[in-house]
Amino acid sequence: MKPTDTSRPEYFHKVVDCQWGCPAHTDVPAYIRMIAQGDFSGAYMENRKSNVFPGILGRVCDRPCEPACRRGRVEDSPVAICRLKRVAADHRDDISGRLPRAPDSSNGKKVALIGAGCASLTVANDLAPLGYEVTIFEALQTTGGLMRTNIPQFRLPPKVLDEEIGYILDMNVDLKLNHPIESLRGLLEENFDAVFVGTGAPHGKNLEIPGRYDSDRIHIGIEWLESVAFGHIKEVGEKVLIIGVGNTAMDCCRTSLRIGAKAVKVMARKPREFFKASDWELEDAEEENIEILVNHSPKEFVIEDGKLVGMKFELMEYKIDENGGIDRGTVTGEKIILCDDVVLAIGQDNAFPWIERDIGIEFDDWDCPIVDDSTMMCGHDGVFFGGDSAFGPKNIIWAVEHGHQAAISIHRYCQGESIADRPPYGLNLASQKMGMHEWSFSNYYDDASRGLMPHVDLKERFKKIDIEVELGFTAEQAVQEVERCLNCDIQTAFSADLCIECDACIDVCPVKCLTITANGEEDELRTRLSAPAENHDQALYVSTELPHTGRVMIKDEDICVHCSLCAERCPTGAWDMQKSRILVPYAKDELPDDQVLPATGSGS
Amino acid sequence: MSYIAKPKVSHPGMPKNKLGLTSRDYEGTVSTLCAGCGHDSVTAAIIQAVFELGIEPHMLAKMSGIGCSSKTPAYFVSQAHGFNSVHGRMPSVTTGANAANRDMKYIGVSGDGDSLSIGVGQFVHAIRRNLNMCYVIENNGVYGLTKGQFSASADIGSLPKKGLPNTQEPIDPASTALSLGATYIARSFSGDKEQLVPLLKGALMHRGFALVDIVSPCVTFNDHEGSTKSYAHTRQFYHHVADIDYIPPTEEIKASYDLGEAMPIKLHDGSTIILRKVDKEYDLTSRASAFKFLRERFNAGEITTGLLYLDESRVEMHELLGNVDTPLSQLPLEDLIPGAEELKKLQARYR
Repeated sequence: MKPTDTSRPEYFHKVVDCQWGCPAHTDVPAYIRMIAQGDFSGAYMENRKSNVFPGILGRVCDRPCEPACRRGRVEDSPVAICRLKRVAADHRDDISGRLPRAPDSSNGKKVALIGAGCASLTVANDLAPLGYEVTIFEALQTTGGLMRTNIPQFRLPPKVLDEEIGYILDMNVDLKLNHPIESLRGLLEENFDAVFVGTGAPHGKNLEIPGRYDSDRIHIGIEWLESVAFGHIKEVGEKVLIIGVGNTAMDCCRTSLRIGAKAVKVMARKPREFFKASDWELEDAEEENIEILVNHSPKEFVIEDGKLVGMKFELMEYKIDENGGIDRGTVTGEKIILCDDVVLAIGQDNAFPWIERDIGIEFDDWDCPIVDDSTMMCGHDGVFFGGDSAFGPKNIIWAVEHGHQAAISIHRYCQGESIADRPPYGLNLASQKMGMHEWSFSNYYDDASRGLMPHVDLKERFKKIDIEVELGFTAEQAVQEVERCLNCDIQTAFSADLCIECDACIDVCPVKCLTITANGEEDELRTRLSAPAENHDQALYVSTELPHTGRVMIKDEDICVHCSLCAERCPTGAWDMQKSRILVPYAKDELPDDQVLPATGSGS
Repeated sequence: MSYIAKPKVSHPGMPKNKLGLTSRDYEGTVSTLCAGCGHDSVTAAIIQAVFELGIEPHMLAKMSGIGCSSKTPAYFVSQAHGFNSVHGRMPSVTTGANAANRDMKYIGVSGDGDSLSIGVGQFVHAIRRNLNMCYVIENNGVYGLTKGQFSASADIGSLPKKGLPNTQEPIDPASTALSLGATYIARSFSGDKEQLVPLLKGALMHRGFALVDIVSPCVTFNDHEGSTKSYAHTRQFYHHVADIDYIPPTEEIKASYDLGEAMPIKLHDGSTIILRKVDKEYDLTSRASAFKFLRERFNAGEITTGLLYLDESRVEMHELLGNVDTPLSQLPLEDLIPGAEELKKLQARYR
């Protein structure tokens, strides 16, 4: 293998699994360390820099970081990263002085953002401090988009939304509520330098089976949730069926329990391993005694005397092959399940009835616009997309990242620069050695297990619709959870020219990730290391030739716990623990140095 | 030394031995030696050897004297028995322990100071009585614990960190042991576990006195230019004479060996040592030729390593003394102390 080039930001970035897994590249270990030091405001600002909505995401993020977390490979459960994000938000002091501000004068460029959801708000957050005149057009009477209409208040309190959205709107953003855009052509004729579309995927999928239109007690999930959120729907029947088993279904079933339902069943067409909902959302629903029935395929609505009384299902049986693939299934019987209401939560589609099809924007078969996934621009110059409206339903954190990228593009576009040239990532490395056996981070491996989120008592939580169920980590839990972080950003940096091949690092490594051996091809090399390196998703670090024998130092990055013992036992300092900071580019980095506003995050 | 203990977390795919233990289960407390000390690598090699052999920790006794080397038994197999004796007296304490319980495995860890200076008398007599033990010398050519004075194994002309070169003849533990009739003599290097681990396994399973002399550089006082026991010097003049593979009795000999190149030797417990002769001129079954070869290579400035001599035909201490097979520690008290009448009868035989 060729020697690893650790000067490329990608190499060490990938070692920080959580940050690599996060679409917005949140520097997770850095903010966890700030929490450990009691610097909650710093941790909040570190989060805000990349994910913009720490309080919101600390409750409802889809958490791609957690399945990526190295701790989950070393033992069973990853660090409760998302919970810690909420800890930072809950315990922060007044951070208003550290927020970005709009400059006193405009730069003369006007940008229109359509939809006041997370994607548009991120664009506004990135562009307003640069002097752009930002206008947000929102069809509804309030901000937040699907974050407010589709996520129930018992999971995400409106106060949290208002606060974090307020930080952005306060930068002289012109917000036009109750202002649906009926024609993109019309908007383009107005005097805007760029337009960003962040309208989400607002169209809930329908289920065209017999009886669908014979009752008014059959609801489309996201529309129904919106009506509940705005108080238009205040009650539901005692027996409710939820069709579908994604995260929206989980919100629908739990909402039902709070507005009058006594028995709620979630109906799944396939077995549990094919559920779309996140594990933790399933757990939270089941904790509330929601029943989830598998292998029930909807056949028809049962209507008697014009009234919905139940639903007929086909009972399914599936064959699952060795690769985990599932066949179309065979019907083994039928069953009627009685109900008063049915909520359909089987997915969302994009819908752009307001975009004319002759203005240069192409659409695919699913009515999704054709958008460049790095610049976020569509076929029409100066029109950008982001969030669910760009590539179909994803999640909040992806929408935020789209917003950041669109902001970079809009800025370059308005300054007359090529948007295809993306600003580069950077890398900062700094030794963390403080003394003979002292490191500037907590290097001891704490074997505590993952903290469990405390919940409001089952009897209490249903009394009102807006009682937030999750209480947030206690101080004791937070203190323990931060110590579970393995500090993957504190990199093991190796200088081959200093190595005397004494084996001290290899002998002391608790997880056997180091080997000195003759170089070879990767596949073959992986089999003859101190412990076999079977996880091909994780890189092997390969040094240059060692001075004494010409062999190479190999490190399997897979389950290194960053305990720093290799560096501590190294007599020559060939190993050092160095903190990597991945310099993620934002629109503001495009400004000349003398125009850069005060830093919005702390730490280096 | 390190301030944090080696975390208990381990690689999920760690192999297990016949007892269901991983090599982590054979570790000891965290080392307090200097970072980069060769002794820590020897410790790791011992852990690997004992793990691979599947020795039950309570059937192992770790014996040592005084010195950096003699601290190392604390760093492996915490659950084993151990005795940290007076300086240079490890061989007699081990003799006593072995006399009382011949069923256990004895590993003595000593250094060039402990074995070749203050304890040289003990060392040579343990060899003469063919005490059944694995005797490890962590050989670095200096007294590291007293800040780097030359030891009895320092080569002529070797430079200290500060001061004048050594002028006295070194004692070579391997040729000394050869002249005294040791039955298993090996030399290796702390930085070469591929060679060292099988040699330690063979030494632990050999019946009789097994010496493993290991060049184990003192990273603090003897790892500079001009030293003949530094990492760099050892690597440069290191010469593999005869490497071995150790095959336990239960295992088939799977690897294909070219017969002219490899020689299987059966040990008393039924296990096999496959000797892979690297140097064709070397004849390891004859003491005379072995001695000549060692001497010539030493004069040429080479560090010969590998299994240097093996004799499975000689009997060990208990057989020399005609002792019973049952360990003395397990004999009933009336057999062990037959009483005054029996003593009188015994004494009568000498009148």
